[in-house]
Amino acid sequence: MEIGLAHYLTVAAMLFTIGIFGIFLNRKNVIIILMSVELILLAVNINFVAFSSYLHDMVGQVFTMFILTVAAGEAAIGLAILVIYYRNRGTIAVEDINLMEG
Amino acid sequence: MIYTLCFYLFATITVFSAIMVIASRNPVHSVLYLILAFFNSAGLFVLLGAEFVAMILVIVYVGAVAVLFMFVVMMLDIDYSELRKGFQKYLPIGGLIGLVLLAELVLVGMGWGLGSPVTTDPATATPALTEMTNTEALGSLIYTKYIFLFQMAGLILLVAMIGAIVLTHRKRPGVKKQSVNKQVMRRRGDAYEIVKVKPGQGLG
Repeated sequence: MEIGLAHYLTVAAMLFTIGIFGIFLNRKNVIIILMSVELILLAVNINFVAFSSYLHDMVGQVFTMFILTVAAGEAAIGLAILVIYYRNRGTIAVEDINLMEG
Repeated sequence: MIYTLCFYLFATITVFSAIMVIASRNPVHSVLYLILAFFNSAGLFVLLGAEFVAMILVIVYVGAVAVLFMFVVMMLDIDYSELRKGFQKYLPIGGLIGLVLLAELVLVGMGWGLGSPVTTDPATATPALTEMTNTEALGSLIYTKYIFLFQMAGLILLVAMIGAIVLTHRKRPGVKKQSVNKQVMRRRGDAYEIVKVKPGQGLG
């Protein structure tokens, strides 16, 4: 059976769903939530590269690099915030983060 | 044939390790499975003919992001079993939303087709491998047409770096450090004082 665009899109859709699922499942653990966000971005990247390859358009891969940049920056900032939060409060449970009473 | 085999291998391991990322009890295992997922999606990218992006994925995600996660997981002294308390509680609602999302994605996928002939800009089409390698093609795009976006990406990384440093930098009290400024500014009068002691009285 020939592997087509639909196969890659299916894999990406599954990864995306797993990422969303992970955010809901680990509501307390910020680290797992950040990892789930990385999974979601990975799914988006797979979509971009698959379309780029099957439509013969390089721009998809260019965009993938920009998404990678943003994902790396997001992980760095997110983990930095996590570290200072832990330093100040001694916990990273999301449910305890209610200082702003939002 | 080998292509099909490779695709199913990479895809299966990617999805499996993604599930393990969110389901494993120990966050260290989660990070390791995340690395596995990144490696196998890099394999998928190679299958798609995007070698450069695949290698960047390995370098950036595995080499930087996953290691950063590993550092943070190991650095913070947290009782992770405490954080997993709500796992069963959130399972139904999370599963429901996940299923709804998956159903929507499947519906979109079934209703969508490449239908109309896709117009590709000839300047940006993937060149044949005999003409130009993937890396060369990508470089000839990002250094010409997308140069400003490329610079913006660099700026974003710079801002992220400065932000992370500013956020986590702190002055610790009670740490003895050499202060060159203080040493140089020290004058004779700071170090001692001359006291005239009268005979027979002492300093009192």
